[in-house]
Amino acid sequence: MRIFDPHIHMTSRTTDDYEAMHAAGVRAVVEPAFWLGQPRTSPETFYDYFDSLVGWEPYRAAQFGIAHHCTIALNPKEANDPRCLPVLDELPRYLAKDRVVAVGEIGYDSMTPAEDEVFARHLQLAVEHELPALVHTPHRDKAAGTRRTLDVVRESGIAPERVVVDHLNELTAAMVLDSGCWAGFSVYPMTKMSEDRMVRILAEHGTDRVLVNSAADWGRSDPLKTRRTGDAMLAGGFTEDDVDKVLWRNPVAFYGQSGRLELDDRDHEDTSEFMGNSIRRGGQ
Amino acid sequence: MTLRTSLLRSALSEDALTWLDAAVDRIAADPRAIRQVFPAARRRCGRHRIDDHWTVDDAARAVLLTVVPPADLALELVGLYRHGDRAERRAVLRALDVVDGGAAGLTLVREAINSNDIELIAAALGPFGARALPLPEYRQAVLKCVFNDIPLDRIAGLPQHADAELARMMADFACERVAAGRGVPADIWPIVRAFPAAVALQRATIELDTSSTIPARREAAARALADFTGAC
Repeated sequence: MRIFDPHIHMTSRTTDDYEAMHAAGVRAVVEPAFWLGQPRTSPETFYDYFDSLVGWEPYRAAQFGIAHHCTIALNPKEANDPRCLPVLDELPRYLAKDRVVAVGEIGYDSMTPAEDEVFARHLQLAVEHELPALVHTPHRDKAAGTRRTLDVVRESGIAPERVVVDHLNELTAAMVLDSGCWAGFSVYPMTKMSEDRMVRILAEHGTDRVLVNSAADWGRSDPLKTRRTGDAMLAGGFTEDDVDKVLWRNPVAFYGQSGRLELDDRDHEDTSEFMGNSIRRGGQ
Repeated sequence: MTLRTSLLRSALSEDALTWLDAAVDRIAADPRAIRQVFPAARRRCGRHRIDDHWTVDDAARAVLLTVVPPADLALELVGLYRHGDRAERRAVLRALDVVDGGAAGLTLVREAINSNDIELIAAALGPFGARALPLPEYRQAVLKCVFNDIPLDRIAGLPQHADAELARMMADFACERVAAGRGVPADIWPIVRAFPAAVALQRATIELDTSSTIPARREAAARALADFTGAC
């Protein structure tokens, strides 16, 4: 089973996770820029974070045979803090980079006026940089938040097939698929979505324009949820080709719209050390 | 047309050449446009090697920097480095041999040497870095290369900047490695041998270690002594 996890925060994960992911079939990931559990309070710490998303983390992933890409944005939660807003002015630099395959995560957290404005501005940046957009939906008031999200997407003029609306559930899947956007599902140990619920949703809505991710991060989460969903699909009567479509071909098709996926990166030059900090300890 | 530009032109596809010409025009019209085209140059133009020194992406990015007016150059160099990925940072450092980065260039060279990223350290120690760094810093950087297994033929400034103090530092490093029973990188020896008076003490220390009771240390000392005297 080959797996592309289209949404996972590897910055928060260990090398044990990378090893286990590779053993489970994960060969490619997209790491969206998001918050880190604790708030940041100045633009400079974002630049260091972006630096790790375009440098250190791809290097770490490559040691385990996993192709790493990222999405870049000022996330909605921190967009509410005026101290962080100058980040917006530097985003175009990052959106021009190799391996940056979308603008994201953007969208709503608490649905404030500041979030409205920053969300719309990010969608414009996606259009200008010819990138897809990864849109997070709020944990609270999800159905209303998702409707409002789709309104903003529609008004922005971005092509719906270049947008994935993420963290969906039984109540929000249909409206997103009907809008022409891609539907993202984050399979979690306890909360957002389970693998069995995911299989039922796939049975109801089909496998077109659906992305399944682990969204594993610094909280309680499981980077192998993509594999477990694949196994649950097979147990639930889906074919291996269905699994390959959902867990590999769909994310390749969606993020491939950026023109910046590097899935067969044999000439990646970073095989020895990064910043003098080899994670392959045990050598000289 | 410089040699580099003509090399680059011969290495580029027609699409890449068209893109590069348009990028040059954009920067000529507004220097800040380099913030958008510099990151894109690698995927637009390619990354393969042109000659011993240049890859396509580094050369294309250097060409873009040559278009930035001198008054804007320091600001743009610093910004491109600060917000650059690894390949962009390497390209900025390489370009310092082509454009006049001045004091800002030296700051970036220092930052790169401080980074411990072996690609960046090597790129920082091109002709510009070797010329601009004060000698004590240059010596430390050379020693750092030896520590990090960066071959010294990848950096500029040797042997002309080699002196008795650098030879002393290299010989001390060799003593440490021998005491640990480890090998010594081969490319330090020409520098060490060029200043025999400065390294007499270290040579005596290694000679003593050839009768160490620890086998690994004894063997390391024997190998180092052969290199020291140029016997092998």
